Amino acid sequence: MTRSAALQTSAVLPAIQLEPMAEDALLLRFGDTIDPSLNAHVHAAAAHLQQRFPALEYVPAYASLLVRFDPAQWPSHDERSPHQRLGDAIMAALADLSMAVAESMLIEIPVLYDGTDLSEVATLTGFSIEDVIVRHVAMKYRVAMLGFAPGFPYLLGLDPALAVPRRADPRQRVPAGSVAIGGQQTGIYPAELPGGWQLIGRTPLRLFDVATDVPSRLAPGDRVRFHAIDQATFQRLAEAPSA
Amino acid sequence: MSVIVLKPGLLSTLQDAGRPGHAALGVGRAGAVDGPAWQLANALVGNFSGEAAMECTLLGPKLKFTKTTVLALTGATMEASVDGQPIPLWTRCQLPAGSVLELGGMSVGCRAYLAVGGGFDVAKVLGSRSTDLHARLGHANGRALRAGDELPIGASTSPASAHDNNELTSLPWGVDPHPWFDFALQPLGLSPGKHSHFLDETSQQTLHREKFILSKDSNRTAGRLEGHTLNLRQPLELISEATLPGTLQLPPSGQPIVLLAEAPVTGGYPRIGQIAAVDLPRLAQRRPGDAVCFRQSTLDEAVRRLHEREQRLAKLISTIERRLKQTAH
Repeated sequence: MTRSAALQTSAVLPAIQLEPMAEDALLLRFGDTIDPSLNAHVHAAAAHLQQRFPALEYVPAYASLLVRFDPAQWPSHDERSPHQRLGDAIMAALADLSMAVAESMLIEIPVLYDGTDLSEVATLTGFSIEDVIVRHVAMKYRVAMLGFAPGFPYLLGLDPALAVPRRADPRQRVPAGSVAIGGQQTGIYPAELPGGWQLIGRTPLRLFDVATDVPSRLAPGDRVRFHAIDQATFQRLAEAPSA
Repeated sequence: MSVIVLKPGLLSTLQDAGRPGHAALGVGRAGAVDGPAWQLANALVGNFSGEAAMECTLLGPKLKFTKTTVLALTGATMEASVDGQPIPLWTRCQLPAGSVLELGGMSVGCRAYLAVGGGFDVAKVLGSRSTDLHARLGHANGRALRAGDELPIGASTSPASAHDNNELTSLPWGVDPHPWFDFALQPLGLSPGKHSHFLDETSQQTLHREKFILSKDSNRTAGRLEGHTLNLRQPLELISEATLPGTLQLPPSGQPIVLLAEAPVTGGYPRIGQIAAVDLPRLAQRRPGDAVCFRQSTLDEAVRRLHEREQRLAKLISTIERRLKQTAH
């Protein structure tokens, strides 16, 4: 019975490498590729560890999870360093990780598909503009991680036929709300930022707002779906207080 | 009760211990780049709750204080005067209402901290008063201070001396900066990073033996190192993962970059080392053009050194607290 349980675990969870990264940081590496199932493991592990060790800070990425801790709370003991002690505790906690985690949130993002680079994306992919939009709204995406700027989501799940290279000449200012494609990924600029992704549309929703209780509309692991809206709907939503 | 910015200096921001707990949402910590100097400035004015202080860069600001204020200056060495009268650094001064403080150019070091009794009481954003210039978070949407800004000061737990509020005074004692400021530009402890072994042999030696120069393009996000180019044995295509202050990265240009307090939370450059946390304030005090060199260390040594420094700092701060009470009585 023990053996079958172990087999099940290894079938579910990839081998995790522990990499001490700084005095107060331990990186859990699940792999080194951008892969939706690997990324799902990262989010499952983060949710599981968050429950077991709520005092630690977790930073999920595509295939890794950074854990930040207070070394004073994990002092060296029996010749084991703080990183070894924390690593052992984490691996023990992950031994009973089940992938049957609660379904993550599904967030709907309305998009006015009028991006500056939409026709270039159509040319690069060989689709009509309408087909680019249809293919972009057809997929379900997952927030692999947030980074680059507060609330900037890196979304996995783009239709491979829509993968286009980043712009050779990045823009100094990409407007807030821009929905963009960069390589195999799609993302949304939460604020005016420099950027090299191809702009296909914009959302009237505010993605990051420190004045709200939950500052980021999207959290790591959330699922995302886009739907197309027209100019009038964009205006109406942009003026709504909840935007 | 407030402070009015007459001249902002080169780059002045409000900083506290930073903004932990939001990295998963793409929000970095920011906070003072020279943590001990920030803490000691606060302790000298009787702030023991992580109050925000002003971090000034290379050229300090000119400020007007509307009420009697106690303040302390730590970090970089510079001329400081109140209405033309020089005041000492690394101690506590009391300024009469209406005083104008003028800080000059820094002669040693890059960043000075100005703490006021009660702290700069601007609104907290995500639990912190730190300005994050890159993420545009903190006071005035995360911009540097500018002329005309009026900054509120919190209620001081350590009230101004009642003897004579109309006179500029300073304590007869102060903190010896030598244990807390690296006047000698010592080598920084560097433990191996995930991709250190991808450096070619010459680059390995260069990294640990040669002097780099801190580039003028350095800022609160990163220190850029010039003078030598480092090469990997083979190019690495990496996917983004979490990054941290102290990480030594190697972008394709071959010029290493050290991430500082305002580091982005994720990145994808090869990591060729991690600078000891206790040495990061020392790096943050280097000026553009200053030498930067490394000595081989380990993360275990870095943990030990951090623990020792935290103990020394806590002891000094409690000594300051005790002496301030004695002075008051």
